[in-house]
Amino acid sequence: MSLSIKDDEIDIVIGALRPDLTSFMNEWRTIFSRFHLIIVKDPDLKEELKIPEGFNLDVYKKPDIDRVVGTSTSTIFSGYSCRYFGYLVSRKKYIISVDDDCYPAKDNKGILVDAVAQHITNLTTPATPFFFNTLYDPFTEGADFVRGYPFSLRSGVQCALSCGLWLNLADYDAPTQALKPEERNSRYVDAVLTVPARTLMPISGINIAFNREVIGPALLPSLRLGGEGKFRWETMEDIWSGMCVKVVCDHLGLGVKTGMPYVWRNDRGDAIASLRKEWEGVKLMEEVVPFFQSVRLSREATTTEDCVAEVANVVKEQLGSKDPMFARAAKAMVDWVKLWKSVGSSTSSPGA
Amino acid sequence: MNEPATAIEAAVAASPLHQLKDELDIVIPTIRNLDFLEMWRPFLQPYHLIIVQDGDPSKTIKVPNGFDYELYNRNDINRILGPKASCISFKDSACRCFGYMVSKKKYIFTIDDNCFVAKDPSGKAINALEQHIKNLLSPSTPFFFNTLYDPFAEGADFVRGYPFSLREGVSTAVSHGLWLNIPDYDAPTQLVKPLERNTRFVDAVLTIPKGTLFPMCGMNLAFDRQLIGPAMYFGLMGEGQPIGRYDDMWAGWCIKVICDHLGLGVKTGLPYIYHSKASNPFVNLRKEYKGIYWQEDIIPFFQQVVLPKDCTTVQKCYIELAKQVKEKLGKIDPYFDKLADAMVTWIQAWDGLNPTSASFSNGKTG
Repeated sequence: MSLSIKDDEIDIVIGALRPDLTSFMNEWRTIFSRFHLIIVKDPDLKEELKIPEGFNLDVYKKPDIDRVVGTSTSTIFSGYSCRYFGYLVSRKKYIISVDDDCYPAKDNKGILVDAVAQHITNLTTPATPFFFNTLYDPFTEGADFVRGYPFSLRSGVQCALSCGLWLNLADYDAPTQALKPEERNSRYVDAVLTVPARTLMPISGINIAFNREVIGPALLPSLRLGGEGKFRWETMEDIWSGMCVKVVCDHLGLGVKTGMPYVWRNDRGDAIASLRKEWEGVKLMEEVVPFFQSVRLSREATTTEDCVAEVANVVKEQLGSKDPMFARAAKAMVDWVKLWKSVGSSTSSPGA
Repeated sequence: MNEPATAIEAAVAASPLHQLKDELDIVIPTIRNLDFLEMWRPFLQPYHLIIVQDGDPSKTIKVPNGFDYELYNRNDINRILGPKASCISFKDSACRCFGYMVSKKKYIFTIDDNCFVAKDPSGKAINALEQHIKNLLSPSTPFFFNTLYDPFAEGADFVRGYPFSLREGVSTAVSHGLWLNIPDYDAPTQLVKPLERNTRFVDAVLTIPKGTLFPMCGMNLAFDRQLIGPAMYFGLMGEGQPIGRYDDMWAGWCIKVICDHLGLGVKTGLPYIYHSKASNPFVNLRKEYKGIYWQEDIIPFFQQVVLPKDCTTVQKCYIELAKQVKEKLGKIDPYFDKLADAMVTWIQAWDGLNPTSASFSNGKTG
């Protein structure tokens, strides 16, 4: 953990989609216990949450969400999107978020991975989106920029987002997992790398961290599948949000890293059962990817909020007529920016 | 450094039959000796070698027994290319690209004579050529980044959100391997960190996204000669030239721009080799120092290059690139004028030695 980062600059936001968080919290105790946690209960979850003692945390449930944003708006926080409420009410600089079915992983030497420390390292060292370094993260111990890397690009840019990975149950879509029901990810890749500028990728919400002050409003609940469910195989909300974030980061000259840390994702759910629900999401990506690859933001968009508003506009114009889901998503993005401005702590300073 | 024979023998016993034996040439530039081949013998002996002997042509380079090879020294290069030999560097490993030109095979693997067999974290000897072949024979995915790296690797796949229409991938033109022990640093970095060694084994292969440039190192490299060969010119370096140690870099920027234009893929990552000897950083600094300044202009040039739609073959792309180099980089230094001319000479020489390849279009092989 970087010595210059204080523990009180970090919030750990957990979306609780299942009521019993006992083993989850206990498994993460040694890593989480020094930080403040924000636990947001899925408003659709009926049962009471079970949370073990010994943590510094705030828990938000449906009544709390209703109180802050109003009952009509609180529906945007249903399911996996409940975590965005946590991002909204946080006042910290850095947020780390993992799904409630993930445990700490072990690295190749059998040592427990401190995912929080790794995410913070990723966020507090520069990213290098303008030229690819073949030895991956040049700021990591024992590595550097290779021969041929332009010197003017070696100071890098601020890293706004850190995308972690998953051992065991990887974040595959339902068709892939259904086709290979026994496949589990056992490959621990000892690297962090910057995703190059203008390169898009599926940003999974399962294990993610970001600089809330710089990019907060761009992580947003907006695309909701008609049949969205309570398994990751039944959602695309994070993938959509991730595309927005990457486009905004590229425009503002911010970096996005991917790779370590790994978390151990527990087996849960049935891919075949989810197949039918996720086809919708799978088909959508055929439109979504070319769309985001073509988005260009204007010079006037210098803040994250401005960028999100512009993306929303383009979504409405170019995708809105293709599927009402996109029109709704565009509106949700505009509403989110308003909500962020009124409820979220101020982040209107330019991202770069 | 001596690799115990048993580790390699075990690895060879475990690997499948030597793939692409008759379709791949191994190009090795050398000015000293080829002793390093002894260690590689179990992995490389089945393949044909093209040795490009740099420096004094009267010196005899001994090739270890049992290897099938052809060897070219400077006299041979001059004889075969005549006046066009001017495009082939002298006293620099850039001369290796002559080997690419005279090869008649589909694939090339090139390796430096101070690169040895590395071990993976389990202690198993790494068959670098086998991994390069895997990389070249499986598709690349340059249009959308897969967060689990190579989706065609054993035990991996495309992640949620990856569009199905992009999952077939494109043909892989280049496989760029890495190095354990002495990393490929430039001279300033070597001077500041003389003791740094790369001990991090990153178990991944990934496609370098379209539109992204990278520093291509020629120490441990393989490519599909039919898809991208004519663009693998390693430039004018060494004796009589103001710059050195930018040969592979130059080729790397050219091939990436052309691969992006033609819809071909470039992979980087595994395999690792063990790089045993660091060259003298002070010598390196003198060779590189102009490059360090020039690359600040060269990189934006390559990042902004647009190749016209009618450039449908590698040669056409390359000639167009040469034209733009002359127009836009010529003003930085007369060297780039010479280089642009040499690029054209190279294509003429390539087409002269490889007449049928001139008709391949859009990177598809006949």
